[in-house]
Amino acid sequence: MSEAASNPPAAARSELWKSFRRLLREPLGVFGLSLVVLVILAAVFADVLTQWDPTRINPRDRFLGPSGEHLLGTDQLGRDLFARVLHGGRIALYVALVSTAISLAIGIVLGLIAGYGPRWLDNLMILLFDATKSFPTVMLALALVTIVGPSLTAVVVVVIIVNVPGYARIIRTQTIAIKSSEFVTAAQSMGASNARILGVHIMPNVIGPLVILASMDIPVVIAIEAGMSFLGLGVRPPTPSWGSILNDGFSQIRDTAWIAIAGGLPIIITTLGFTFLGETLRDVFDPRLKGR
Amino acid sequence: MTTLSVSGLNVWFSTEDGPLHALKDVTFDIPERRIVGIVGESGCGKSTLINAILGLLADNGEIRNGEILFEGQSDLTKLTRREMQDLRGPRISTVFQDPMGALNPVLSVGEQMINIQYRSGQSKAEKAARAIEMLKLVRIPDADSALNRYPHQFSGGMKQRIAIAMSLMMEPALLIADEPTTALDATLEVATIELLQDLQEQIGCSVMFISHHLGVIAELCQDVVVMYAGEVVERGTVRDVFHDPRHPYTRRLLECDPARQTERTRVLPTIPGEIPDLRHRPEGCVFAPRCLERHPGCDMAQSERMVAPGHAARCNLVDQSAAEGESA
Amino acid sequence: MLNYAVKRLGLAVAIVSVAMFLLFCMIYLVPGDPASVALGPRATDAMKEALRVKMGLDQPIWVQFWNFFSGAWTGDLGQEVLSGRPVLDVVLEQLPFTLALIAGGITWSVAIGIPLGCWAAINRGSFADRLVGILSVAVIAVPSFVIAIYALLIFSVSLRWLPAIGAGEPGHLGDQIVHLILPSLAVGLGWVGYIARMVRASMLEVLEASHIRTARAFGLPENMITYRYALTIAILPTITLLGVGIGQMLSSAVFAEIVFARPGVGKLVYDAILTRNFPVVTGAVLVTTVIFVLLNLVADLIVGALDPRVRSSF
Repeated sequence: MSEAASNPPAAARSELWKSFRRLLREPLGVFGLSLVVLVILAAVFADVLTQWDPTRINPRDRFLGPSGEHLLGTDQLGRDLFARVLHGGRIALYVALVSTAISLAIGIVLGLIAGYGPRWLDNLMILLFDATKSFPTVMLALALVTIVGPSLTAVVVVVIIVNVPGYARIIRTQTIAIKSSEFVTAAQSMGASNARILGVHIMPNVIGPLVILASMDIPVVIAIEAGMSFLGLGVRPPTPSWGSILNDGFSQIRDTAWIAIAGGLPIIITTLGFTFLGETLRDVFDPRLKGR
Repeated sequence: MTTLSVSGLNVWFSTEDGPLHALKDVTFDIPERRIVGIVGESGCGKSTLINAILGLLADNGEIRNGEILFEGQSDLTKLTRREMQDLRGPRISTVFQDPMGALNPVLSVGEQMINIQYRSGQSKAEKAARAIEMLKLVRIPDADSALNRYPHQFSGGMKQRIAIAMSLMMEPALLIADEPTTALDATLEVATIELLQDLQEQIGCSVMFISHHLGVIAELCQDVVVMYAGEVVERGTVRDVFHDPRHPYTRRLLECDPARQTERTRVLPTIPGEIPDLRHRPEGCVFAPRCLERHPGCDMAQSERMVAPGHAARCNLVDQSAAEGESA
Repeated sequence: MLNYAVKRLGLAVAIVSVAMFLLFCMIYLVPGDPASVALGPRATDAMKEALRVKMGLDQPIWVQFWNFFSGAWTGDLGQEVLSGRPVLDVVLEQLPFTLALIAGGITWSVAIGIPLGCWAAINRGSFADRLVGILSVAVIAVPSFVIAIYALLIFSVSLRWLPAIGAGEPGHLGDQIVHLILPSLAVGLGWVGYIARMVRASMLEVLEASHIRTARAFGLPENMITYRYALTIAILPTITLLGVGIGQMLSSAVFAEIVFARPGVGKLVYDAILTRNFPVVTGAVLVTTVIFVLLNLVADLIVGALDPRVRSSF
């Protein structure tokens, strides 16, 4: 529950601005923010930043080291690694955005149902959340992909299965806390419908902390996408993904280190950037979530 | 000989909002084999005083001046950490308020009692025998097997008796008892206090007994020190202070507790107003803002005045009544 | 407390059941039919139909579910498609390698994480404390397979200090341990961060407790207070955390086994996917889940053994 949500918009905006200024005073947060901005810009302006086509095969230029022409060198098919890394960033951010948004939507609905619904339903859902959350994810992903085949959708589905229980749990806890608060009781006594209470009174209050937590989960999402693509269970070739570049690097590791380094570095930079930013954001916005 | 002699002790804490003067010119004695009660509202500086004596002030705390003379020779404020650590336990030991939390929950009572004797140079069996002897002394049933049990297996009263056994095991010269009975119910309180009295006589140590509870102080102690906002406002024998209180604060305490010797109240009676912010001490008397007998003379700093031999109060009314007494 | 034990056991059974249910849903309800998957694109309809009957796919769905469910609980996980060996045997054969890997990961994380967390807590607010905090977050953030590849690149390919492939010679313990070092580091490094953070936080909490003040008031040496009086308590939530974290370590183990070409359940599943050996995939997932639940219970039992408060309440 954030105080900002119940304040008038102007006050909320200045509150947001103050938090942002506090963020800028934390060196680690600034560092994380810079990395994130760098990654986003690189992905958005991929076409401007490099003239190379990430999927164009050029057998004569295989295994080239970094040079002025190929900033990160080329892979075993002669494709420009810098271009592949930039375009791989698009895939990573796309998956992060889409799957987080869907997970949030599903998590909010399930959490509100568990928190606001009858007790038995709550208990059942908590059991399901706990069971799913503590399950070895990659194993489930492997089993799933065996059936539906490797694809970007499979990645998104796995991310949703991993993320939803955590989000639903948070929403549920917050909902239960707010359900018994005075303004909800007042609304109920004035005959507001359940839908209205959920939408108008509870939702705005539970969504703040959730968004912070979701932003902190972005590195996990990126790791899942890269990991599945690394195993060949995610993005299909020749589409570039950091995970598949890393896989190319792994299979060629005895010939050249460059491909593996080029595949690994953007993953490290992005996960570190989002993590440092998320950690600082959490401390700045909502100290109560500290140590979760 | 005095066991502990505190004189002119000043303790400051550095806080985010500036320096905080927690103890100001605290002076009192704990004579040998006597039980001295310290009384005051919460926030009066009792815990700071204990920590200052034990050398366990938090990192932001500092003793600016004053001395704490132990057994007439060593000034505790000048000892090294190491020397202080060697005094804690064998010479000065402590019983804390909360019997539930005072013992380590995952170590057996025996291990904790044996660990305390780590300096004694005895064999483990001898240490265990000593521990059993102490447990018997505080009337823990089945003392031999109690060593293997864990704190949660004892009741609150038993835990506090174990804590007392631990603190007296090394036969210290000074026992600091920090509200040892506040968390116990009334019957247990009486029993625990009687036990403490017995053991004090047997061992012959001095006791600094901190309590909210005027009745307990009257019953147990020979001397009393009344503290307010980090200052000693009145001190003397229990008889003098309770029968002829000279500081308005002491008077208010006693007034608010009409059945003070018979009925046991849980908390110190409340007095309207609040303890002043110790970051901004008033220039004059620290109690003046809440004092019903305030007059212009209270705006100046107050020094301690002797009422009678061994009875002192930090209030200028003492001078007036003395003057009146002379003129009458 | 009995209540808690029952709930704990209920959760264990629920996790296994949910896993079975999800697996069943994926096998039978998701488009794409296991028989076609197993046989590949060139199979004739007649071949598929024959396999469908053999796998019991022609029966009503609730019968299939019951067969699957009861079979799984009694250890019948079906047969491998090609050789016809019981899947359970195939999986159990690979299991020790994965368990060794996880044990190695736990060793790394505990051996580095606990002292680091302790040290940070004792020097709270110092530069060292901040550094430990940042490093912890960093190793948690970086995915284990990136750590695995970079470790392989640095220590095996470039420096040639440690072997890159396999689990070592059978029966040669020293060789097996040498082969375990890098993969288990990849599995455990992130957990160094988790554990350091956890130990730091709970140490700070415990050091505030009044029994620590009592211990100080008795003049006990600082080392005894830190390691005997505080750490024995601070370590308890860490063990619980590790129990839950085993699920994540099992996931990391899949990557470590593939990168370092180690035998193990993860490698088994991965290879099974490539060869469409479907019963092996489901079987391995189920066995992994059971292992996870068991290790979780073990963690709770260890907490019970170390914490007399829990021990006496059972």
